[in-house]
Amino acid sequence: MPLRILVCIKQVPEPEQFDRMTLDPATGSIDRAGIAPVTNAVDRHALEEALRIREALGGAVTVLTMGPPQARKCLEDALAMGADRGVLLCDTAFAGADTLATSAVLAAGIRSAGEFDLVLCGNESVDGATGQVPAQLAEALGWPRVTFARKIEWVQDGRIARVEREIEGGILRVEVGLPAVIAVVKRINRYRLPTIFGILEAGKKEIAEVGCSGCECAGLVAAAMGLGGSPTRVAGIFQSHRKRQVEMIGGDAKEAARALVARLREMDAL
Amino acid sequence: MMHSNPDSMKEILVWAEQRDGRLMPVALEILRKARELAGPLGARVSAVVIGEDCSVCAAELVAHGADRVFAAQDARLHLYQADAFTAILCRIIVETRPGLVLLGATSVGADLAPAAAARLATGLTAHCTDVHVEQIDGRAQPVMTVPGWRGSMMVKIVCPEKRPVMATIRPGVMDRGVPDASRRGQIVTFEPALGDGDFRARALEWVPEAGGGELEQAKVVVSGGFGFYEAGGTALLEELALAAGGVTAGSRPACDAGWVPESRLIGQSGRTVSPDLFISVGASGAPHYTTGFAKSKIVVAVDRNPKAPVFDVADFGIAGDLREVLPALVEELRRKT
Repeated sequence: MPLRILVCIKQVPEPEQFDRMTLDPATGSIDRAGIAPVTNAVDRHALEEALRIREALGGAVTVLTMGPPQARKCLEDALAMGADRGVLLCDTAFAGADTLATSAVLAAGIRSAGEFDLVLCGNESVDGATGQVPAQLAEALGWPRVTFARKIEWVQDGRIARVEREIEGGILRVEVGLPAVIAVVKRINRYRLPTIFGILEAGKKEIAEVGCSGCECAGLVAAAMGLGGSPTRVAGIFQSHRKRQVEMIGGDAKEAARALVARLREMDAL
Repeated sequence: MMHSNPDSMKEILVWAEQRDGRLMPVALEILRKARELAGPLGARVSAVVIGEDCSVCAAELVAHGADRVFAAQDARLHLYQADAFTAILCRIIVETRPGLVLLGATSVGADLAPAAAARLATGLTAHCTDVHVEQIDGRAQPVMTVPGWRGSMMVKIVCPEKRPVMATIRPGVMDRGVPDASRRGQIVTFEPALGDGDFRARALEWVPEAGGGELEQAKVVVSGGFGFYEAGGTALLEELALAAGGVTAGSRPACDAGWVPESRLIGQSGRTVSPDLFISVGASGAPHYTTGFAKSKIVVAVDRNPKAPVFDVADFGIAGDLREVLPALVEELRRKT
């Protein structure tokens, strides 16, 4: 059975440059100015899984993201990897969303983009790192979910997914019928890189833009979007009390190693 | 869906995760926190436990401070069934109208909590390291603390209007209390009404996997970060761990690169350890990583960047070229005293 697959991806600041991000103490909004945006890494694994399913069972792969206009870039990258079309959910009304408002807009965007059998996501983003969106998106769609998926097998002609779901100390074997939301972890696959051909083809593919009115048409009230639709707020930031005062050990490598090991032995830590 | 009085903090609910009839340690950690918050508020603490047979867990929860335990029992709930657990938890929340709901941020709690929060249209804060109650705008409100994205930065999150306020708490960051067998509490055991819609995603089997189990017991943990690879990769990490009498672990980038298995991931989405000695090499020290070893007795950090935030959470630091420092460390560690 060919599957209509939608993959949610997110543009995030380059993790190597997180220390350059600042937070406005008054509004609680994150300032990412000057930090290179990239596609959240685990989302590429979700896309790779979608492409493999399409190769095995047939179907089409749509990629969708919510973000500012420049988030189009991560859709273009996904099209170059092999996705068939892109959807950019972009509107100032979506700004400042916590996971609940984000999931509501994603669900409305998915509804407005067509009918789908399967939604794949990365299990969490590296910036927010809450891991809450996949389960909340499933709720907003009214679909079942499986998160922490590290392997997906298809039975009954692709109508049922058999998932290995990571759990502390092992895995759960979970079976889920479609439609469903499945959130994957990175070890599920190794993702491909775009080919020259893929990059050339990507330019011919469509990226649809959906804003506030498009989501309203899909049944979501404006009050449920963005900051206004977000129950949680950043109340402030503070520096945690440093419990440790670091003692830097200098000298060349050999001297430093000797001094450190001596201190640790003194303290009975070795 | 639910919009009870945001001033009401008379009930705190704890979801107590059990597996195979035994409570997860984090259940008792968050129960103690609930008890601590309930005191000044004059609130009641209830716990909900879901499983095949919850009798032992329920008694333990009472001994650890639960005034009331809702024990939802059914043979089909032996494993984590996402749909059924979400429905049961939501039902109990709607009926008891708590002001605050705490869940352990295990891989199961991290699936259950967001679904329940979405169904109740309320706010949820993930992976908290603390929850306290503060007077904000003239009323007592739960304030959640989560690590920021650099150094010692912490972020406070509130949920001003919607109730209940929900939070998942990182395992291992709070201490559990001392049980008191003489404590009395009400245990409400019931068989939840379950239909086909409660098993759309059906867990069939739990398959335990070896590896990583000894991490929490290890006296010495040697953890590699992304910068570690250039210095010699997995082999040198093993060598260093062996010389120090410890086990290996790694940060998220090291796991993603495949140098360290996921079962040995330290931090936010991995494991929390508190060994006698934690040695971090080549990890810059993102808070998502450092919260995973904050309670270690002694922390040593080695990184090439002297300004790396990892040094903010270390007792001893060496800033230098890992390709020189690490072999020197291995050699020193092997030297007999």
